[in-house]
Formats: sequence, C-alpha cells, structure tokens
Amino acid sequence: MGDNPSRSVNATAGDLGVTNNGHAQGAGSGMSPSSFEPPLGGGGALPKKTRFSMETGFRGLSTAAGSMVLVIIVAIAVFLVSKAVPALQDNTANFLTEKTWFPNDTEPVFGIAALAFGTLLSSVIALIIAVPIALAIALFLSHYAPKRLATPLGFVIDLLAAVPSVVFGLWGRDVLQQPVREFSVWLNHYFGWLPIFGGEGPFGQSIMLGGLVLAIMVLPIVTSLSREVFQQTPGMNEEAALALGATRWEMIRTAVVPYGKPGVIAAVMLGLGRALGETIALALTLGITFNISFNLIQNGGNSIAANIANTFGEANSTGRGALIASGLVLFAITLVVNMTARAIIYRRREFRDSAA
Amino acid sequence: MSLLEREAAGVAMTPDNIRTKQLPLVVNLGVALAAIVLSAVIVLGTGVGNWVLVAVVAVVFYLVGLYFAASRVEGRRAAKNRTMQSLIYTACILAILPLASVVWTLVSKGVERLDGTFFGSSMNNISARDPGGGAYHAIVGTLEQVGIAALIAVPLGVLGAIYLVEYGRGRFAGTVRFFVDVMTGIPSIVAGLFILSFWVLIVSPWFNDGNPRFSGFAASLALTVLMLPTIVRSTEEMLRLVPGPLREGSYALGVPQWKTILKVVLPTALPGIVTGVMLAIARAAGETAPVLLVAGGAAAINFDPFAGNQQSLALFVYQQAGDASRYAPARAWTAALTLVALVLVLTIAAKLLARRNKLSR
Repeated sequence: MGDNPSRSVNATAGDLGVTNNGHAQGAGSGMSPSSFEPPLGGGGALPKKTRFSMETGFRGLSTAAGSMVLVIIVAIAVFLVSKAVPALQDNTANFLTEKTWFPNDTEPVFGIAALAFGTLLSSVIALIIAVPIALAIALFLSHYAPKRLATPLGFVIDLLAAVPSVVFGLWGRDVLQQPVREFSVWLNHYFGWLPIFGGEGPFGQSIMLGGLVLAIMVLPIVTSLSREVFQQTPGMNEEAALALGATRWEMIRTAVVPYGKPGVIAAVMLGLGRALGETIALALTLGITFNISFNLIQNGGNSIAANIANTFGEANSTGRGALIASGLVLFAITLVVNMTARAIIYRRREFRDSAA
Repeated sequence: MSLLEREAAGVAMTPDNIRTKQLPLVVNLGVALAAIVLSAVIVLGTGVGNWVLVAVVAVVFYLVGLYFAASRVEGRRAAKNRTMQSLIYTACILAILPLASVVWTLVSKGVERLDGTFFGSSMNNISARDPGGGAYHAIVGTLEQVGIAALIAVPLGVLGAIYLVEYGRGRFAGTVRFFVDVMTGIPSIVAGLFILSFWVLIVSPWFNDGNPRFSGFAASLALTVLMLPTIVRSTEEMLRLVPGPLREGSYALGVPQWKTILKVVLPTALPGIVTGVMLAIARAAGETAPVLLVAGGAAAINFDPFAGNQQSLALFVYQQAGDASRYAPARAWTAALTLVALVLVLTIAAKLLARRNKLSR
C-alpha cells in the first residue's frame, strides 16, 4: 500500500503511528528522496509523491460516492424510459390526452390526462388549505409564542413531519371521511349551484378528503421550513421597524415577510413536491375514477401515484410499462418543481444551509 | 424650550395619559361572548347548520367585532395588529385539532390488538374470518430492509458528504450539491419504480433462471435511493460545522488529509452525523409505496431478504386497511401504532442526541 503522507515532514511524529514500510526512512530524515519533479512549495523536505497513495484513493472513493447521486438521477430517467417506451408503443390511444386506463387489455388504451389532472388538483387544494395555516403557525412559533412554548411546539411539528403517510391515509379514511361527508352534503345543499359543489352524490371519498389529508401532511414541512427562514430575519431589521413605532404585525409585514419571501416560496414548492408524489394517503382516501372534473365533493378523483399503488397488483407486462410511463411523468413534474425551488433557495445563499 | 415640554405644559404626566389606550380584557371577552351568542342565534335559529358552523361563524364574528371595538379604543393600526394576532392563534388551534385527532385515534384504536399474538405471529393461514394474526413477519421485514438500506446508504452518504465538504471544488461539486437537494424531493413511488425497472425486471432474472423476482433487498435498494440525499445533506452540514483550526492543526502536525478527515473531522462531527442517519432511517421505515412495488408483501415470515416476497410494517398497514375482513382494521391500527412508535422513538432519540452535540450554529 502506497501510504504516503504528501505533506509530512516528520512522518513518525505526525502519522499517529500508522507509518508503514514504504517511506519510513525518507520522511523522517528530512531529506528529499530523489524526485524527478520538484515538489510544490515543500522546501525539498517533502517525500516523493507516488502515483497511488491512500490520499488519491480516498479522494477517488469520496468523489465516486458524491457522483453516485448524479448517476442515480440519470439512471432513474434511463431505466424508466427504457421500460416505458415499449408500453407506449403498444398504446392505441394518445398517452397525453387519453383519460381512461386499460393497459392490460389486448389492445391497450391508457392515458395520463385524468391522472395528471387529479394529481395537480389535489395538490393545489392541499396547498391552498395548508400554506396560510402553516405560515401562521410559523409566525406564531418565531414571533408570538414565548420561547418556553415555541421550543416544544416546534419539536412536535418536526415529529409530525416524520409520521408515515400511510398513517395519515388510514386516519383520513377511517376518521375524517365521515365529517367530510356530512360537510359535503351540507355544501351540496346550500352551495349546490356552484359547479364545484354540485352533483347528486355519493359524497365522501372525494378530492376534498384527499386534499385535506394532503394538507395535514404538507403542513409540518412548510411550517418547519418557513419557521427557520422567519427566525433568520436580522434582529436589526425587526428592531428598526419597532423603533419606528410599528406594531408587531406591521413589523412582521415590513421586516419579516419581505426578508423571508424567497425561503417561503421555496418551502411551498417543496411542500408541493411532496404533495405531488404522495401515494398511499391518496390511494386510501380518493374514490379512484378516471375522469376530469372540478367537482370537489363527489366520490372520485385520482392521482398518478395513487393509481400506481392501486393497479400495480393486476398489471401485466404492458400494464407495468404503462405505470412506469406515468411514473416518468410524475418524476419529470417533481423534478421541475424541486429544481425551481432549489434554484430560488440558491439565489439567496443565506437560506441555503437552513432550508434543507 | 423644546417641543415636548411645550406640549406637556399644564398636563400632569400620569400612567393614564403617557401610555396609549388599551382595549380592556373585559371588552375582549364581551366581544367573544357576543359573537358566540349571535352566531348561535343565527345558525341554530335558521337551522342551516350544527355546532361546527356555530363555532366557525362565531370566530368570524369575534374577529370582526374585535377589529371594530379595538379600532374605537386603540386606533386602526393597533386594531389590525390585534386582529392578526387573534387570526394567527386561531390558525394554530385549527391545525392542532386534526393532528391531535390523529394521535388520539392512533392510540385508542391501536391498543385493541396490542397483544402477544400480534407481535408473535404472522398472517400465514389467517383467513378473513380469523380474528388472530399478527405483524411479526412485517416487523422482521421492516428491520431487515431498513438495516440493509442503512448499510448501503450510510457509507455512501457520508463519503459523498466528505467529497462535498473536503474535496469538492468548482462546477462539478456545485452540480452534485444541487442534485442532492433535488433528489430529496424525489417521490418514493418513483424510487420504487426505478428499482422495479432496474433491479426486479432486469437484474434479478440473472439470479433466478430468467424470472423476475420480488425481494426485500430490492426494497432496501429503493429505500437507499430515498435515504442517500438526506444523509448526504445532514452529514454535509455537520462536517461544515467542524472548526477549520482543528483541520489546520492536524495538517500542521503533518497528518495527511485523508487521515485528518477520518481521525479528526469525522469523530468531531459524529453525533450530528448519527442524528442525521437516524432521521433518515426513521423516514425510510415509514415508506410504503416502494416496498409495495418491489418487495410485494407476503403473509408468511421470510427471513431471507434476497429471495422472495417480504412484508414491511407500513405495507402491512396498507394491505390490512384494504382488506375486507372485519378484523383487519384493528390489525391495521395496531400496526400503525407500532410503526409510529418505532419512527418516533428513532426521531426523538436523534433529536436528543442532537441536543448533546457540541457543534452548533
């Protein structure tokens, strides 16, 4: 093993006793072994740089580990495409505009339109509900609550972010469904003239239930990210606003919110990414239909991820390819959302280390 | 003579007039009471809804009433401040309700099957009419899958973070860092599909006479994909917190860089790294979708992660939730309680460890 400490002048002292045969005589004596190139800035005392040392080996190893991330992302795209293309070629309908999903028939017909629509609709509803509440909680934790309350409450919020999605899905189906059904009936009775609350029922397993469950799941993430951003507001800015006579709300509006805006946008986009990719909670709460409808309260709704979880069991080879193709679309959407969010964060470097 | 003194001439400075007027607490409570009564009269009187609507309307009335009362006494700006504060407090209470309900349901429904059978037996030969059955096979599966995933992801992630902090310079390192962040957002189902198309459909037939085969190891690979970016990120942050003089001291003693990293930097950052790893493990343990796609789920105990279907705790919850048996919901809730307990113990331990960490921002 070419164990060669390239910066070592006194290897026996500096090497923590792990020196081995290779250079013991050269390094300790303070005289340079014969070298064909003059060592860089070493005053002639540096031992020769061998072609392979632990240093280059370790550097190579860690570089390889670092580039694994890029390899994995590229591999995801490559393997998904390779499995999706045969199924797409068998498809007898237009993949982008077709609404139904019959990939297991002898003449496969399937398309992403209804699924993509359902994915976007449920995520948008989740964000509309979750973001204002999440921002309010973040402001409460960072600027209203006394520290003795804010620390444990923030801890609880972090814990909730770790609760598995299947638990939220189970809760949504077993507990939340009944109140949502009653609420839907009420909405339908009084606001049925609005298309989004129309329909004759049955109600309950609707986009609204799915959106609510998603909102509860997205809430902790958006909260904890924006709380960190709000906490980073320079104290000077806050104190300046207060010294000018601003009330606490005016201080938040003029100092905290503008400062935290990019971070909040990024937090919302990360929440969106999570909502778009959520699988099991939606598979348990949505009423799986394949149509495009803005009706929020009737049984129905679907999403790309939920469809994969629901129909994977019965899929044949083409069906699997079709599901992989829909997964590819989901991958592309979330990649774009996440890259936008990260680009926003990177533009404001202050947030880079916190909003992970 | 200054402006202040001129204006103050003849005015006695008492606590009453040097402070701005404040809305008395009694008025505040009065507004609240009036809002509740008014809303109850309107809603229940016309019969449009039940007590939930009463509460919602009461909150709206209270906020509006508070705004008008406060603007009469304290002025518009202070009134707005007060209303916004109440709004923020309301939002907090609103958010805590469903979360408290989740916890309550989890505990109350979960204890029903919290018995020895549940932890000691599998679902093998348990038909829809049998009340018994348990999650032993699922617990075994979760532990094996998450364990293998950690064995792969931890060295890879820590080395990747070392690259980013110690070696990475310039464009390539920037790209890697960016995509680590992007990779944190990859949906778990996409990771599952990736391993499905890569390992289950292409690689596993090589070992199994040309037939694709589900396995717990495939689930581990999918979990690795999900854990890797989390571990890289948290380790990177911890390594960056190691003070520069520590490294320089080591270099000055003639220690090569790789040995400095292994013997000085990593031990210093170790508690933080362990925290990040535990959080990543906790997250991976709760993943359902990838396990569903590549391990398939099973009713019987399978100790071999490299061959054949394997169950996991999260997948067990999902499958029992979809089961028509009337004993299935109880099993699902107990498994969910077990899963949450496992995840929360890991998370809390990680956070407590983080508190003992001497490196901090």
